[in-house]
Amino acid sequence: MSENNTPMLSIKGITKAFYPGTVNEKIALNGLCLDLNVGDFVTVIGGNGAGKSTMLNAVAGVFPIDGGDILIDGVNVTRLPEHKRAAYIGRVFQDPMMGTCANMQIEENLAIAARRGKMRTLKWSITGGEREKFREMLAMLDLGLEDRMTAKVGLLSGGQRQALTLLMATLMSPKLLLLDEHTAALDPKTAAKVLEITDKLISEHKLTALMVTHNMKDAIAHGNRLIMMHDGRVILDVSGEEKKQLTVESLIAKFSENSGEDFVNDRALLNK
Amino acid sequence: MDFILKGMAQGLIWALLALGVFISYRILDFADLSCEGTITLGASLASMLLTKGANPVLAILLSFAAGCVAGALTGFLHTKLKIPPILSGILTMTALFSVNLHIMGSANLQLNSVKTLYTSLTAALSINKTYLSLIIGTLVCLAVMGALYWFFGTELGASIRATGINERMCRAQGIDTDMTKIIGLALSNGLIALSGAFICQYQGYSNINLGVGSIVIGLASIIIGEAIFSKAKNFFLTLTGIVVGAVIYRVVIAVVLYFDMPTEDVKIMTAFVVVAALFITKYANKLGKRHHILGATGQAPANEARSDAAVREKGGNTDE
Ligand SMILES: Nc1ncnc2c1ncn2[C@@H]1O[C@H](COP(=O)(O)OP(=O)(O)OP(=O)(O)O)[C@@H](O)[C@H]1O
Ligand SMILES: [Mg+2]
Repeated sequence: MSENNTPMLSIKGITKAFYPGTVNEKIALNGLCLDLNVGDFVTVIGGNGAGKSTMLNAVAGVFPIDGGDILIDGVNVTRLPEHKRAAYIGRVFQDPMMGTCANMQIEENLAIAARRGKMRTLKWSITGGEREKFREMLAMLDLGLEDRMTAKVGLLSGGQRQALTLLMATLMSPKLLLLDEHTAALDPKTAAKVLEITDKLISEHKLTALMVTHNMKDAIAHGNRLIMMHDGRVILDVSGEEKKQLTVESLIAKFSENSGEDFVNDRALLNK
Repeated sequence: MDFILKGMAQGLIWALLALGVFISYRILDFADLSCEGTITLGASLASMLLTKGANPVLAILLSFAAGCVAGALTGFLHTKLKIPPILSGILTMTALFSVNLHIMGSANLQLNSVKTLYTSLTAALSINKTYLSLIIGTLVCLAVMGALYWFFGTELGASIRATGINERMCRAQGIDTDMTKIIGLALSNGLIALSGAFICQYQGYSNINLGVGSIVIGLASIIIGEAIFSKAKNFFLTLTGIVVGAVIYRVVIAVVLYFDMPTEDVKIMTAFVVVAALFITKYANKLGKRHHILGATGQAPANEARSDAAVREKGGNTDE
């Protein structure tokens, strides 16, 4: 592990309730604490409604939280609006439609991503030099997109769009990469390809990443650390050798042990 | 044939309105009704300034600026006070009704005896007013189209376009979508007020009801333009289509008025034309897709193309 002991992400006891004060009140995050070291690639699993997406959205600043603090590389971002936090964060969503602009060209989408965290000025939106760089990056995805740079993104398949979104999220080497079930909407073969690209980009840019997945096998096979969430808290945190020894069965057993309940995640069970 | 030329001349200045509506309605995907107030704002402010002896060009520029402020207000109401788009526009439009009355000092302002862009130039160049209007209209439209082509090609312009397509993605990419919407609406309403500033000088008066129905006129122009330039891939061609659409719309109106259609029926006819055009483009799109008879007739709305792609993909994904 790194000797630099400022964590890349530090979640300090954050809480978030939806519909507070009503009968529908739902405490989605309940004093959640989590520290990510520089270079940690953490897979996140948990039952339906455990708070995985809420945690990622809270870190990204999609909504304000009720209590606690979020620090990215030592900077307290708790009160920064979403678009300002984006300077530190790359994101890929579950819905392949969500991460790109369908009605814009592949290269236009990349050019927008290449300006994450920078002022958008009256300079031309894409330069010739950038085009060359984008072409090389697209070629590395090995999906043939480098020859379709002026095609509208809406014409791409879901897998191609997720790969492009990954490229856009990592283009500016974010301090933090947040992946929320980004392969869940893809067929198994495409999902495997997108995961392979994910691994490649994370190691290439030496990123710190949180990857939510409902596929326990993927959660075990990828990353250096695995956390399990339940009722808005982390109930299991394993890394290193211990993580490599995990099996799907041992994970489900650990879940019941730590939460006192049976593991419920409709999609995870289907994928067993 | 003079009435057709006059219709064209009018179409060219109403085209500025259509370009403004295009920015809000198509680029930002924001149904902005402030339009009806801002076109009158442009006309009232320009007329008032002209009666005070202001330089016509200065009056036009100030009207543009005032329109930008009004558009920014709509954007502020929507983004910062979280008021829904339609209501934000209606609120600005309603407020502008009072503002416009105050500016003009009455419901009507005659420009018969004051120097306007048209009167001063017809005198200086000794040229017929219709020809002069055609020349001015063409030059102004070309300049505005060029400026828009440039602006929407810049980093800022691209982020405004992206905001209209996928706001969530924009914020994830660090775009301040409140700001891009405010800038887009300001630009849109600036152009709409600019249109008003030319209209009042062309017709020689300004009236508090000048803007009534203008949103529908703008939409009609866009729809006609898109139907004709349906295959336009280039942004400049799309803009050209809208200007052509606005000119066609005015010429058609000029023709029906020439054949003695009562003036008061023009608006209901416009509404009817827009409804018919919207219906036909939808229907033609469906037909075109199923049978490839009509090709890509009309404008395939962006989100329709998107959902098609989604459906195609979903077809292969049954693992969920
Ligand atoms: N925007 C929202 N409004 C209201 N309630 C919400 C909202 N987002 C999440 N919740 C609630 O908060 C709880 C946690 O939801 P969250 O989406 O974080 O779960 P998750 O762990 O991502 O589950 P899944 O595996 O189903 O994606 C759930 O009970 C959910 O209903
Ligand atoms: Mg979720």
